[in-house]
Amino acid sequence: MMRRAFPRTVPVLAGYLFLGIAYGISMKENGFGVGWALLISAVVYGGSMQFALISQLSQPFSPLTVALMTLLIHARHIFYGLSMLDKYEGTGRWKPYLIFALSDETYSLVVEGAPEDLREEERGAWYAAVSALDRAYWLTGTVMGGLLGALLPLSLLTGIDFAMTALFTVILTEQSMDAVKAVREGRMTRFDALFPPLLGALATLVSLLLVGTGSFLLLSMGLMLCMFLLRYVTQPAGERGRSA
Amino acid sequence: MSGTQMLLTIAISAGVTILTRAIPFLLFPDGRQPPAFITWLGRLLPRAVMAMLVVYCLKDVSFTASPFGIPALAGVAVTAALHVWKRQMIFSICGGTVTYMLLLRLMGAA
Repeated sequence: MMRRAFPRTVPVLAGYLFLGIAYGISMKENGFGVGWALLISAVVYGGSMQFALISQLSQPFSPLTVALMTLLIHARHIFYGLSMLDKYEGTGRWKPYLIFALSDETYSLVVEGAPEDLREEERGAWYAAVSALDRAYWLTGTVMGGLLGALLPLSLLTGIDFAMTALFTVILTEQSMDAVKAVREGRMTRFDALFPPLLGALATLVSLLLVGTGSFLLLSMGLMLCMFLLRYVTQPAGERGRSA
Repeated sequence: MSGTQMLLTIAISAGVTILTRAIPFLLFPDGRQPPAFITWLGRLLPRAVMAMLVVYCLKDVSFTASPFGIPALAGVAVTAALHVWKRQMIFSICGGTVTYMLLLRLMGAA
């Protein structure tokens, strides 16, 4: 099943090695050896939070700050889980691992669903293979970064973290192309195609302007939920089924 | 921070992370049908979240000081354009990232 899942994970292979190496280097730069980097990559497993954790580890011990910070940065994973409920249903013994390993990048791969030709009981194993491969790339990148960090001139790498922005941009583009296709085929209304990405971008921008970089994601997600709820209760009956 | 405190910090971060990933599945276990609103939300939400993440990634970009966010905006635009053109994920990511890194250097910001 690993071999079957591998092609789907290739984009994350590149992205995770890239970001993992950047993470390993950043840890090294801040005085934390490859052992610490590997431990954090293994148990926290979330790129953006791991980068934020570097500065926390350099400051006095503050459990509450770390808990709140993680909650804010990883609150988006609640949304991922909500949209994976149906796909991960019936995956049985794989499910706890699938939930633990549902990172941003893994979500972007599994949200499209398992290949159509897989049998119902094979889907769990396929999702687990994708999740495990992604995790292996992240851990490999972390170790490589930690070991090679001292050798590479950092100025050469400035801006390499843009790979994360590019990855999210690609996913959004891919999803938008699918939405355009769905509209053309009459499976989705024009409004439902445009509303989510515009809402996501605008709510986040407005929140950023209102409260600054500290905790704007939480406000943004609150705004998004309110607007989605408003849309749901006001949309014409009969349109709800056409948002597949 | 002592070694024990570092381990505790990591454990807290890992615990909260797992919690955020598990909450939806704990609230709606197999067989329990989530409300229609949740199912509907699960279909429309992914694109909203991705748009949010793109803006989130650009949060530290300054549009009022040189280079006025041009490398970042160009990087995003090139990434999206390459993807519409070829639909090859790695190609789009590398093209966008290289554009960003080059513009940073050409505009004297790195």
